[in-house]
Amino acid sequence: MTIELLAQAPAGEVIGLGESITFWIMGALALLGALGMVLARNAVHSALCLAGTMLSLAVLYIIQGAPFLGFVQIIVYTGAVMMLFLFVLMLVGRESSDSVVEVLRGQRVAATLFGIGFAALLLGAVGGALFSAPSIGLSPEDAAGRNVHNIGALIFTEYLFAFELTSALLITAALGAMVLAYAQTKGRNKRGQRATVVARLRGEHDRISPLPGPGVFATGNSVAVPALLPDGSIAPESISSIIDATPIEPAGQPEPDAHALTGKRDEEEDQ
Amino acid sequence: MSPANYLLLSALLFSIGAIGVLVRRNAIVVFMCVEMMLNAVNLSLVTFARMNGALDGQVMAFFVMVVAAAEVVVGLAIIMSIFRTRRSSSIDDANLLKY
Repeated sequence: MTIELLAQAPAGEVIGLGESITFWIMGALALLGALGMVLARNAVHSALCLAGTMLSLAVLYIIQGAPFLGFVQIIVYTGAVMMLFLFVLMLVGRESSDSVVEVLRGQRVAATLFGIGFAALLLGAVGGALFSAPSIGLSPEDAAGRNVHNIGALIFTEYLFAFELTSALLITAALGAMVLAYAQTKGRNKRGQRATVVARLRGEHDRISPLPGPGVFATGNSVAVPALLPDGSIAPESISSIIDATPIEPAGQPEPDAHALTGKRDEEEDQ
Repeated sequence: MSPANYLLLSALLFSIGAIGVLVRRNAIVVFMCVEMMLNAVNLSLVTFARMNGALDGQVMAFFVMVVAAAEVVVGLAIIMSIFRTRRSSSIDDANLLKY
């Protein structure tokens, strides 16, 4: 009996050279990305370093017999989550870098010491308890061929309730994000289109109509070209005050003439 | 090489993420460090699944990913609404609940 049990006990799996090489390369890249994320001053650089770490982790998942998780990692994390982070970074303003002022004195040093001690404890525990632990290894069909099928079977049988709770969580998160994102715009009473027109006609604005656009397509393709009024005079409001304020000479004030439309002025001057 | 190497890497990544959470002052960067810690735990879950020869660890890592996605959505919305009212994404400025 005992002999049979011993014979059935699976032998520890052998890790091939290829996996070792991939681990050392990708693990080093993941560590570099993590350090870069913590040390980078610019938040966008932090986000890019984190994306690199996540891609390296996806490769590590795949070589460990979790191809489904590896691709989910690439699509969901580096594809969706990191893009969400970058969007928020661009909205918040990427130059909003860290303040150098320490609110609590010595907090950074203490935090770094704590982190190093924590890492030492964790590495010691893992190294002491698990380094010689036997590894059974996934069966070949679990690892490669039928990985997605078997994960799906597990999710929809053994973990079905947790999976349904997940759907409730996702819906709650989506609703919560909408509530939080729209909370600020609700209190402000925005004036509608009709109310704006009525206010314009009542004279609450500077002028009834919007400002005239520049004469871009009349004589040239520069926004510095003024629009012409029906009597041929220049509409001064058609040029933005920003253009007037720029020190670059905007090729002078063109005079209204009919030759500019046909482009024959130069030939006449030559003659 | 043994599968515990993956666990050591996971522990290192988790510690670096923890240091980042404690040291950095930008709320978005702090949030990214939390994501890094979740990813490190996922790596250890996948490694445990492999060491045990069963897929349950991978299913748990999958659930962790789902929870992380929901957390990112709500957390970034909170950061955005705080930024709208306080014009700052530094976690030192968000002390309204203190008094």
